[in-house]
Amino acid sequence: MSENSSTHLSPETFVAEFKKHGVSHVVWLPDSETNFLYVLMKAEPSLTLVAVSREGLAFSTAAGLHAGGKVPVILIQNTGMMESGDSMRGWGLGLKIPVVMMIGYRGYTRHGVNTDTAATYTERFLNAFGINYYLVESDADADRISVAFEEAKRTQRPVAVLVGDEYHGFTSKP
Amino acid sequence: MMNTADLLNIFNRHRGDAIVIPGRGGRHWVNISDQPDLDVPLGDPAMGGHASFALGLALAQPQRRVVLFDSEGDIMMAMGVLATIAEQKPANLYHFMLDNECYATTGGQPVPNAKAVKYDTLAQGAGYPNAYAFDNLETFENQIEGILSRPGPVFVALKVNPEINNTPIGQRKRWLKRSALDSIAALRKSIGISAA
Repeated sequence: MSENSSTHLSPETFVAEFKKHGVSHVVWLPDSETNFLYVLMKAEPSLTLVAVSREGLAFSTAAGLHAGGKVPVILIQNTGMMESGDSMRGWGLGLKIPVVMMIGYRGYTRHGVNTDTAATYTERFLNAFGINYYLVESDADADRISVAFEEAKRTQRPVAVLVGDEYHGFTSKP
Repeated sequence: MMNTADLLNIFNRHRGDAIVIPGRGGRHWVNISDQPDLDVPLGDPAMGGHASFALGLALAQPQRRVVLFDSEGDIMMAMGVLATIAEQKPANLYHFMLDNECYATTGGQPVPNAKAVKYDTLAQGAGYPNAYAFDNLETFENQIEGILSRPGPVFVALKVNPEINNTPIGQRKRWLKRSALDSIAALRKSIGISAA
């Protein structure tokens, strides 16, 4: 675990939340936020990673997994989420898939003075679709991930977790 | 070129207890199938997604055959799904593709390079261990049993006659007998999955 886990976000936190909520499959496309998480997820026996070639396909894949009784989570970057609009509409919202979308919040600065338009449009995009979202910036925010899982299940709708900090490594101490 | 209803009737004789996602063949399949609770006619949630939906279902239910009737237009929109499916190697997935060389529901405009694209070659190139292409019913009928006995993922490209529809969308006769949500709910109940 990173020494600064109180101020940073560690991939162990995500994997722990996935296990807590019975996640079986991570449907994903790598982004700038998730390299270290990938290595940890790959080593986790309870998770099957399904790599998609474009983010919209994560929604239809998750829909199929859910239809078959599994618990998918989607892990993509905000840019890919915006590319996915119609798939999110038809496969995610239209088929009422209770999936948590872990969204890498590329360009997020906390103060709104963005230099990356990906960040400028992320929350506006989610609001346009009526998709609720929770921001996590450090391990102290981990309980919001559980809130997202519980809300997705209760409402039978996708719910987003915006990942507002790059992972700062996960060198485990012996 | 084959008639879609004819080849679906041939397939139905070999269906067994497979889950069938009829995709673009849905308007015929709903009148052919005698196991509606194992059918997942979704209409068109969003183009390009049927193959990955079928993958998800196949991964979730590895003990059941999952059969999809996709379209070349959908594959064109999401060609990378072939790589994802080949990587996951679902032994229970049978990926049929109805190729009418056009976008029939918008009036029959051609798909890019419609007559030249070899989808079975694309599937093999992406890593599918078995891929086939048929343009006549007799050969399809002679080989379907063998195809379904092979471990998946199997890709089968089928040249079919276009059924072009120029009627405005709002005036089209609805062919779905129940909603996509109801179909999924019936499937889940049928295969023993409790309510979400």
